Amino acid sequence: MINQLEMPLYDSLISKYEIASIQNGNDALEQLRRKAFDIFRSLGFPSIKNEEWKYTNVLPFLKEEYEVPVQQQSLSKEDFDKAAALVAAHQQEIQHSLKGENKGAYRLVTINGQISFELSILPEDGHLKIIPIAEAELEKEFQQYFGTIATIEQNAFAALNTALYYEGLYINVPRAYQLDQPLHIVNVLIANAPALMQPRHLIVLGAQASAEIVETTISDKNIQPVLVNSVTEIAVAENAHFHHYDIQTGNSGLRFIKRVEATQERDSNYSNYTFTLPGADLVRNNLVLHLNQENLESHLYGLYLTAGTQLVDNHTEVHHKKPHGESNQLYKGVLLDQSKAVFNGKIFVYQDAQKTNAFQQSNNVLFSEKATVNAKPQLEIFADDVKCSHGTTIGQLNDEALFYLKSRGISEQTAKNLMVNAFAFDVTQKVKIAPIRTYLENKIGEVMTNASSN
Amino acid sequence: MLSIKNLHAGVEEKEILKGLNLEVKPGEVHAIMGPNGAGKSSLASVLSGRPNYEVTEGSVTLDGKDLLEMSAEDRAREGVFLAFQYPIEIPGVSNINFLKTALNEIRQYRGLEPLTAKEFLALSKEKQKLVEFDAKLVNRSLNEGFSGGEKKRNEIFQLAMLDPKIAILDETDSGLDIDALRIVSRGVNKLRNEQNAFIIITHYQRLLDYIVPDFVHVLSDGKIVKTGDKNLALTLEEKGYDWIKEEVAS
Repeated sequence: MINQLEMPLYDSLISKYEIASIQNGNDALEQLRRKAFDIFRSLGFPSIKNEEWKYTNVLPFLKEEYEVPVQQQSLSKEDFDKAAALVAAHQQEIQHSLKGENKGAYRLVTINGQISFELSILPEDGHLKIIPIAEAELEKEFQQYFGTIATIEQNAFAALNTALYYEGLYINVPRAYQLDQPLHIVNVLIANAPALMQPRHLIVLGAQASAEIVETTISDKNIQPVLVNSVTEIAVAENAHFHHYDIQTGNSGLRFIKRVEATQERDSNYSNYTFTLPGADLVRNNLVLHLNQENLESHLYGLYLTAGTQLVDNHTEVHHKKPHGESNQLYKGVLLDQSKAVFNGKIFVYQDAQKTNAFQQSNNVLFSEKATVNAKPQLEIFADDVKCSHGTTIGQLNDEALFYLKSRGISEQTAKNLMVNAFAFDVTQKVKIAPIRTYLENKIGEVMTNASSN
Repeated sequence: MLSIKNLHAGVEEKEILKGLNLEVKPGEVHAIMGPNGAGKSSLASVLSGRPNYEVTEGSVTLDGKDLLEMSAEDRAREGVFLAFQYPIEIPGVSNINFLKTALNEIRQYRGLEPLTAKEFLALSKEKQKLVEFDAKLVNRSLNEGFSGGEKKRNEIFQLAMLDPKIAILDETDSGLDIDALRIVSRGVNKLRNEQNAFIIITHYQRLLDYIVPDFVHVLSDGKIVKTGDKNLALTLEEKGYDWIKEEVAS
């Protein structure tokens, strides 16, 4: 652990917790928060001596004098108008890439984690339940799942979130309900002073339900430093299907530490698509799947295109606990400038999990001599009748291919763009929502066009 | 058209071309032969702008424009085409999209409107037929999983699509069976006209039975040491290169 004595943020969190704990009423939740805070207090923020954080030094990102709100903040009219303008511009940008495609999607806007129903467009049939997490405490599924999915032991950030969250979403897709259009969650971040934000979400899919959810995050270019420490718990019941997209763009000053942890029941399918583009200073994704029952499938697709001095770290864990599970993992990285990326993929096949198929592939291309990638596959297999494979590659921009394209009259920028899109194609083609695929391809094009020519 | 004067060039301090002169006029086909290591492929690389080659002396102009000052893509846009000895596989980039991008960037450079999808398709069909290129390959990823022969034929198809002023064929015959060699040669012969020119780099006289050159040059130790007509190629096939080296030495 980092020497917490030199860490004003740690001290400030200790005192914030004392205040927050007085305000909370619910007993079970209060116990969980207390337990979580004790874990955080004893772990402290992780240093690079912690194996899980070996290549990602969070220390430089914790030095800001973050404000740590622990209760709902009211939004000034000015900030609301700013958020509304950002949402409109974002919508424009996405719509723009949709030419002729189906533009239909529901929209759920959060501003600093707080739902803005005013800016949202939600289904009106009354089945899909979307409420602030703080108002969900009496919901049956909340009581069933909340705090039971996310692992807080040994996870200082997840523990901290659990102890101090107050904003976030509770989404319940009820049994047999098919969400007819994707739900686009637009997270708007507004900060006039450095802030630590800790949204907490619970998404529940009932048996036979299905949904596609796309998350994007937007902020003002001149935003103050914001550290977002989020935790999302997901419960996918029997035969439910959940396609979950997270498109991570952002501006400098933003730091994201995310934990998405899901449980799956039999015959279910959870597919996660995590795309990280240049912008935020730091992105750490912890994606953890628990395949708790038989005969289910999970897909994890990731693409990180990093630039500047960005650090993007993807840690995944797939826990195969029962027979006949299938998990498929494909992460691809393109690194520009002095950026760094980390991929750490763990697959656990438990003793009971015979006939498991678990695949993992991570491919990286360094477009710059100053870029770094650390990729590490980890497989722990305790069953004897399984098919597991993993592969990691780290390559460089193929100069001969670049020359080949240029020798046909194609400019260097266009050639690089073609090659990056080609490299990313295996992942982008998995995106089921055509407008999102186009949006991503355009984003990649934009990044490559702006990239310096070396 | 193409004028190479006293060209000295090399890689990493090692001089490979040592004062090469060559004049190519529209409508001509020049064959360049020579022993291994003479600098044949280096000439192709220098003309097309491959990185790592450094020109230390001399000039290369195309219709009066200094080629050596230009990037590889601008040379292509000015009308230089290199058929690669080893065409590159680029998975995920479709052959057709690649060609469309190339053609439209060249057109833009020349101040022309991009082709419509329909015009492009019509042109592509016409050229496929002309050079006998399999329509199935057109829609695949660029050269991915192509046989050696298919790759070379794709080079000729690209040549047909981009319609350059000067095409350099770098050992296009290497690795071709006799049928593929005939198809490739037929394609080149159909593309020859009074406005364009070809430089054909080869080890073997065989290709020149099909594509008959106006001139045959022997490149040795970075210089053209002998020039003749197509009969020179026959002599080389029979006698090898040693007699020329002796002739040069004396």
